Amino acid sequence: MDELRDLYQEMLLDHHKHPRNYGKLENANRKAEGYNPLCGDKVTIYLLLHDDVIEDIAFEGVGCAICKASCSVMTEVLKGRPEAEAEKLFGEFHDLVTSDPDSMVDTDGLGKLAIFAGVREFPMRIKCATLAWHTMRAALRQSDDVVTTE
Amino acid sequence: MTGFAESAKRGRETTHTPALDVGRIRRDFPILDQRIHGKPLVYLDNAATSQKPQSVIDALTHYYAFDNSNVHRGVHSLSMRATQAYEDSRKKTQRFISAADPSEIIFVRGTTEGINLVAQSYGRPRLRAGDEVLISAMEHHSNIVPWQILCEEIGASLRVTPMNENGEILIDEYEMLLTPKTRIVSIVHVSNSLGTINPIEQMIEMAHARQVPVVVDGAQAAPHIEVDVQKLDCDFFVFSSHKMYGPTGIGVVYGKRDLLDAMPPYQGGGDMIASVTFEKTTYNTLPHKFEAGTPNVAGVVGLGAAIDYVQSVGLPAIAAHEHDLVNYATEKLLTIDGVRLIGTAKRKAGIVSFVLEGVHPHDVGTILDNEGVAIRTGHHCTQPVMDFFKVPATSRASFAMYNTRDDIDALIAAMTKVKEVFGNG
Repeated sequence: MDELRDLYQEMLLDHHKHPRNYGKLENANRKAEGYNPLCGDKVTIYLLLHDDVIEDIAFEGVGCAICKASCSVMTEVLKGRPEAEAEKLFGEFHDLVTSDPDSMVDTDGLGKLAIFAGVREFPMRIKCATLAWHTMRAALRQSDDVVTTE
Repeated sequence: MTGFAESAKRGRETTHTPALDVGRIRRDFPILDQRIHGKPLVYLDNAATSQKPQSVIDALTHYYAFDNSNVHRGVHSLSMRATQAYEDSRKKTQRFISAADPSEIIFVRGTTEGINLVAQSYGRPRLRAGDEVLISAMEHHSNIVPWQILCEEIGASLRVTPMNENGEILIDEYEMLLTPKTRIVSIVHVSNSLGTINPIEQMIEMAHARQVPVVVDGAQAAPHIEVDVQKLDCDFFVFSSHKMYGPTGIGVVYGKRDLLDAMPPYQGGGDMIASVTFEKTTYNTLPHKFEAGTPNVAGVVGLGAAIDYVQSVGLPAIAAHEHDLVNYATEKLLTIDGVRLIGTAKRKAGIVSFVLEGVHPHDVGTILDNEGVAIRTGHHCTQPVMDFFKVPATSRASFAMYNTRDDIDALIAAMTKVKEVFGNG
């Protein structure tokens, strides 16, 4: 049950029930859709990028608690950050959720993203957590293709 | 409380279906006797794949330990033995579905490959631009995509028989969709995501009244319902070994002999030829014409053992037992606040699909697994069904002969954990 508690932390469940920055961003200048064909999670990430800074960010879509919470926390964390930092956090978040569950991870600098460390114990759920980030990166890079986790 | 004692206890508690000694059956499935996250395994993902009895595992081991050789080729003893075992399984399969002749049994990799074979070898030469292929709203992707690919190439159209909110085919609509343009009907016998048992006898009759041949996707039917292809009068019946206690990687296409005879081969290669020169190849006779290359001999032998096992228990007793489990699971699930059943047809096989308000099926699946309960979550390769019921995915519990009411009680108890975690218990 401990692993399960690590996965479904209070903060994660709160973001699932009350997602932040949810809905269409009307003045977005970047947008990408992400899809996980395995489970049907589908998200759209909207960005307002100005002078290489993410001035605003929002998401909408359907997915499990981990997917939705990951989108929600990510939008909170990235709002106001430079594009380069978003790219860097992408890498750090990816490392966090795909690292060996027995290894120690340095979560300093990850802030509230650290709540997703529990995902490491559940290999089948890693893609639920990373879909938001892959989609965000596709929006940054303005690729028109639908991103999938496959 | 595992192993024998657990099995014996479970066995005693299922006295409502005296025809089936579930305790004894459970002991035949070694995989069931284990713990997952410290809890006894409760395996309720049988519609994805069933577990294998020791006799099937032994048949595979025995084949590789003593009989392994290539089939239909060598004159040596092992090759003869392997060929004998392979062809014996074909005869068992023929009897299992009451086909008229063993040559009407074609071994393939699974239901998916089987439907592709029928679409390509039977469908392609017959379809013309403007023709129609008729399926239903509850098909598995494997009975949609092969026809879609074919229709797109030829300029034919794929028509879809609608269903009602219970997940039952609208038979009047079906009849209206059978038009002079309809060339093929391909229909699922038992829906993998809803559990609906379709009235295929009636649907075949209606199609045949208009000279339209019918392909039946029997993947979910074969382990649960006695199938008599001659009585059904279906033109093709396709199913998989691994959903009926046999090995993975083996499936069966039954086709009426005259249809199979008239069809071109699906793949070219060894074993499917009578003679080859660089100018011309003469094809082998049935069933070998459709079995190019070295087949999955061990898999076929394992399927034979699975058929023996199913028949030793008896499909009527299995069906009655699973019917009880479906009713019990339905009743219990509906006592949980926020549960909505997806698929409430009057005639259902051993499948219960549901959603829990406010919790995505994948979260349900992860928490249930933590309680030792294995179910399937997702769209079950039936995205159009999910769209119809306006859900992204469902949780699905599906039953086999070794499941008990205790298993369902464990499922229900695990569901209360889900509600605890998500704070709406």
